[in-house]
Amino acid sequence: MTSAQSLPAQLPVAVAFDHVNLAFGDTPALVDLSFSMRAGETRVVLGAAGSGKTMLLKTAVGLIKPDSGHISLFGEEVTGRKENQLYELRSKVGILFQEGGLFDSQTIAENVAYPLLNQFALHKNGQALPPEEVDQRVRESLSFVELEHTLDKFPSELSGGMRRRAGIARAIVTAPQLVLYDSPTAGLDPITANLIINLIIKGRDISNTATVMVTHRYQDGHLMANFRYNPSSGKIERAESSQSTTRFFVMQEGRLFFEGSEAELRASTDSYVQKFARPGSS
Amino acid sequence: MLDFLKGPVETFQEFLFLSGRAIRNIVRSPHYAEDILLQMDAIGVGSLFIVSLIGFFSGVVMALQMSRALATYGAEGQIGQIVSITLVRELGPVLASLLVAGRNASGIASELGSMRVTEQIDAMRALGTDPVQKLVTPRLIAMAVVLPLLTIIADFLGLIGGWFIAYGMLNITTSQYWSTAWRALEYNDLTQGLLKPFLFAIVIALVGCYYGINTTGGTQGVGRSTTKAVVVASVWIFIITSLLDPLFVNLG
Repeated sequence: MTSAQSLPAQLPVAVAFDHVNLAFGDTPALVDLSFSMRAGETRVVLGAAGSGKTMLLKTAVGLIKPDSGHISLFGEEVTGRKENQLYELRSKVGILFQEGGLFDSQTIAENVAYPLLNQFALHKNGQALPPEEVDQRVRESLSFVELEHTLDKFPSELSGGMRRRAGIARAIVTAPQLVLYDSPTAGLDPITANLIINLIIKGRDISNTATVMVTHRYQDGHLMANFRYNPSSGKIERAESSQSTTRFFVMQEGRLFFEGSEAELRASTDSYVQKFARPGSS
Repeated sequence: MLDFLKGPVETFQEFLFLSGRAIRNIVRSPHYAEDILLQMDAIGVGSLFIVSLIGFFSGVVMALQMSRALATYGAEGQIGQIVSITLVRELGPVLASLLVAGRNASGIASELGSMRVTEQIDAMRALGTDPVQKLVTPRLIAMAVVLPLLTIIADFLGLIGGWFIAYGMLNITTSQYWSTAWRALEYNDLTQGLLKPFLFAIVIALVGCYYGINTTGGTQGVGRSTTKAVVVASVWIFIITSLLDPLFVNLG
C-alpha cells in the first residue's frame, strides 16, 4: 500500500524515505520508515505526541541526520550531505515550524524577506535579489495570508493565529516545490484553525506543491483531502473524491503504523488508528 | 569511571568542534558585518560604564590598601608602580573579563538558548543560513575586538583611581605618580595585559554560544544554560590566567 501506486507515474518524486532509522539514546524516534510522495500530492501525518511526526519533517530536510537509511528530495540524496551542501536543496522547501519559528528580533517583513535574502540558490547571477523585488514578494506573500498590515510589527505583537499565518507567508514566499507544515493549527480556536487550513489548501492548489502536514486534528486532514481551491471563483470548494491525492499516515512510536486514503483510515478497525479517524478527535 | 568521564569529554569535544567552525568562518563568506557591529555595541558600549566603574574603584582600593604596606618601608612614593603593574598585568584583564562574562556570556547563552527552544535556530538552517556563521562568529569577532579595548579603559581608569588616592590622601605629586606608574611598565606587561583579555574574549564568546546553541528543555533549560555559561567562562578565565602567568614571569 504505497502512495506511488495510485498516482500518475510521470510526476517526479518529491520526497522518498528508504528504511530510515533514528534514535535518541535508547529512545527510538523513527523506526524503519519508508515512503515516497510525488509532486502535487499531500500527506497528512497523524499520531500521538512523541510518535515521530516532527522528526519526520526535520529529517526530510536534513535538520536532523538519521542513524541509517536514505532520504531524498526531488531525486537528490539528503543523507550524507554536509550542512552547507543542503542549503540549495532546502531552498526548494518551505517549512512552517510548530511554534512558527519566527525570528522575534525581526519585524514580520524582515522575517518573510529572510529566505529571499539568505538563500543563495535564489540569487540571480550571484547577486542578491533587488530590494524592490524582495519588497514586492514580501507584500504579495503577506497579502496572501491577509497580513499585509503587519509589515512593521514584531512577532510578539501578533496573536498566535497571526504568527502562524506569518510563518506560512515566510514558508511560501520563495514559491517552494514542497511545503512542510508542523502542527499548523495546534492551540488555535476552530475558526482560526479553519482559516489556516484554507490558506494551506489555497497555497497548495495555486502552485501545485507537494505538501506534508503534521497535525493532531483529523478535521485538518479531512479538509485537505476533500477541498480544493477554485481559482475562477476564488473560493475553497469541495472536490470530487476521485481527484484526491491526499493520503494519511498514522505514526506510532516512530513507526509508520498506517498509510492509506481517508476512506481506509475511517474503515480501519485498529483502536490506535481509530483514535485519529473520528471527526472531533484530537 | 569511564561513564563518568564520557559526558564531560563529549561536551569538550563538541565545544572544540563549534570553536573550530566559528574560527574557520572568520575567513569564509558570507560575512555578517551588521551583526558584528551590533554585537560590538551590545558588548562594548553596553559594558563600558560598569567596566569603567569597577576599573576606577579597583585602582582606588589598590592604592589605599597598598599605601599602608608601603608606608612601613617608607616607600609610599612607589604607589604608582604597584597600581600600574597589578592592574595592567592581572586585575584589569581579569576583572573586566569577569564582568563581561557575567554580563555577556549570560546574555549570549540566554538569547541563543531562547532561539533554540523556539525553533528559530532550526528555522535559520532551514532558510539557508549557517547558525554558526550568523550567530557565533559575529559574537566571537566582536568580543575579541572589544574586550581588550575595555581592558585598556579599565586599566587607565584604575590608574586614575590610584592617582586620586595618591594625590589626595598620600601627598604624592601628580608627576611622581605618573612617572613611576609609566616607568614600571615593560613590553612584557603590556603584552600579557592585552593577550589575556583577547584569550578570555574567545572563551567567553564561545562558551556563551556553546551553551546557548545546545540548550534543551524549554525555558528551564535556558536558565540552566545561562548559569552554566557564566560559571564555566569564569572558571576558564582563572585557569587561563594561572597558565599564562608562569610563562610571562619566566620571560621576565
